[in-house]
Amino acid sequence: MRCDTLKLKEDMDRWEKGLEEKLKRFPERKKEFINTSGIPIKRLYTPLDTEDMDYFEYLGFPGEYPFTRGVQPTMYRGRYWTMRQYAGFASAEESNKRYKFLLEQGQTGLSVAFDLPTQIGYDSDHEMAIGEVGKVGVAIDSLKDMEILFDGIPLDKVSTSMTINAPAAILLAMYIAVAEKQGVSPDKLRGTIQNDILKEYSSRGTYIFPPRPSMRIITDIFAYCSEYVPQWNTISISGYHIREAGATAVQEVAFTLANGIAYVEAAINAGLDVDRFAPRLSFFFNSHLDFFEEIAKFRAARRLWAKIMKERFGAKNPRSMMVRFHTQTAGCTLTAQQPLNNIVRVAFQALAAVLGGTQSLHTNSMDEALCLPSEEAVQVALRTQQIIAHEIGVTDTVDPLAGSYYIEKLTDEIFHRAEEYIKKIDEMGGAPSAIEKGFIQREIQDSAYRYQKEIERGERIVVGLNRYQVDEEHKGRLLRVDPAVRELQIKKLKELKENRDNSKVEEALKRVKEVAQGDENLMFPILDAVKAYATLGEICDVLRDIFGEYEPITRIR
Amino acid sequence: MNNKKRIRVLAAKPGLDGHDRGIKVIANALMDAGMEVIYTGIRQTPKQIVEAAIQEDADVIALSILSGAHDYHFPKIMELLKERGIDDILVIGGGIIPEEDIPKLKECGIAEIFGPGTNTEDIIRYIEENVKR
Repeated sequence: MRCDTLKLKEDMDRWEKGLEEKLKRFPERKKEFINTSGIPIKRLYTPLDTEDMDYFEYLGFPGEYPFTRGVQPTMYRGRYWTMRQYAGFASAEESNKRYKFLLEQGQTGLSVAFDLPTQIGYDSDHEMAIGEVGKVGVAIDSLKDMEILFDGIPLDKVSTSMTINAPAAILLAMYIAVAEKQGVSPDKLRGTIQNDILKEYSSRGTYIFPPRPSMRIITDIFAYCSEYVPQWNTISISGYHIREAGATAVQEVAFTLANGIAYVEAAINAGLDVDRFAPRLSFFFNSHLDFFEEIAKFRAARRLWAKIMKERFGAKNPRSMMVRFHTQTAGCTLTAQQPLNNIVRVAFQALAAVLGGTQSLHTNSMDEALCLPSEEAVQVALRTQQIIAHEIGVTDTVDPLAGSYYIEKLTDEIFHRAEEYIKKIDEMGGAPSAIEKGFIQREIQDSAYRYQKEIERGERIVVGLNRYQVDEEHKGRLLRVDPAVRELQIKKLKELKENRDNSKVEEALKRVKEVAQGDENLMFPILDAVKAYATLGEICDVLRDIFGEYEPITRIR
Repeated sequence: MNNKKRIRVLAAKPGLDGHDRGIKVIANALMDAGMEVIYTGIRQTPKQIVEAAIQEDADVIALSILSGAHDYHFPKIMELLKERGIDDILVIGGGIIPEEDIPKLKECGIAEIFGPGTNTEDIIRYIEENVKR
């Protein structure tokens, strides 16, 4: 497209002037149009908005620095994103059934949801676990449960993502051990552990240990996997939960990448070579409601991380500079009112993720504001992805929205605003200090409160909630977790402890303790302990003894 | 001097659930409405919550849970309050709570359940109209 910008400038003035009279008679819907990040949206974007952008510096080619246009050269022309529904509830037996159902339905990767006791390092028989066993995910107490969870699922054929953070080393060890029993060596394993503790302190809440030992466990995992599990994504640096907790799109990018910087620094300080571990870093973002803002966000995140890795950390390997990411649609945007409407919200959010170049995707189920998703709701959610992939033609060319004046301008604005935030966090001593000072939590909380006020004042319309309401009753098939799951888990634990070689367990736990006190890699003794059928709670208790527990700061203002 | 006592609210997160966006938004809204709010933070046991309510001389306990563990924690809190002979604290709850669970929770003494999408002003009004002391 040819454009004489001088003429365009003059013509823009003429056009704007001509509008003045019209606007007096027909004012626009709002005085100002502003997106969730507080970026003002102009009436019209033209080549004037992108005239200073150098194509090679800002965009380049997919698969090449700065990766704005995507991390792979052919994107979805080569292979679709991985369709990966987060699932797990009740016992390992029940969840195993759900995984097999999802794989039969054409899902291409697994994503394991663990229950809260597992995520916080308590066995099902612990006092703190009462009422929570099997509720938001599957209960895993020992390798025994993990063997059942993946029974009949060949681990060299699927990639598995596990949402596990504080005890990530233990669950990864269990996964490796199950694979070995299937005759699959660790170097064949593909998948991801979330392993992102910093956002647990700021947003998600399933921390166990204080920051310093937590960072040490994380770098131990980086080092171990680069040697033995080279195809494994050792961390999924997550903006998802930061956004769910209330952050804006810009804050999501900034706080996520600031956490990423902290992990890279920790690993470099532990003596690891950046190009050895950084290619296995992966990311996890939210796909929220503002369609173009979200697409621009994904593109901005890629460009910003590439710049940070190259310029700040001197990475040489292009793979170290790539933001490979998973996306989940925004749970917080789902309404309990008129839940069928959620199918539509999810579809748009999923489309934004695809146009933003995601590597894998979870689409939320329509009933998630009410309960755990039913099988029917999960199926519709998965079908939504399949329709986007196969029916609407958006996957036939790479980064189709590039060159849109609006998208490019917005990508650049998000890039700069996120970069400013990161600078501020750097001045505070990095993400761990900013979290310790409560800065990140406060920023997120303020955004959440503002968002809620906008809804309550009617400035933000939520269809079915503050506009177009109907009287309705919520009935239907709610999925419920049988409370007997806890009894079953306790029984299994009791049998396990009677039948395993307890002296071997004791020996293994002693070794975990010694290594935790020293500075050898913790993955080795944890793997041995897991194989001896030490429970998750037993291993975490040993680590709690040595490392202590995190004391949160709770402020509401 | 305004001699009307300010309503004191203990905002609490029972169980292991870390979703605290909702309770913090509500805590802020209650504070803006002139109430005093003490937030317990996440991962509180029923016993800790009841002790905190007594110690803080709370007029209201506002519970939030999104993990589905309300079926254990809410009744347990009511049971502990009863054991301590306390019947003048207004206890309300919210989170992801299926409608069919609500009658049972009310039966054990939870005064009202506020689901997703509730306007904070409705909660404020409810507390002002129903606080027992």
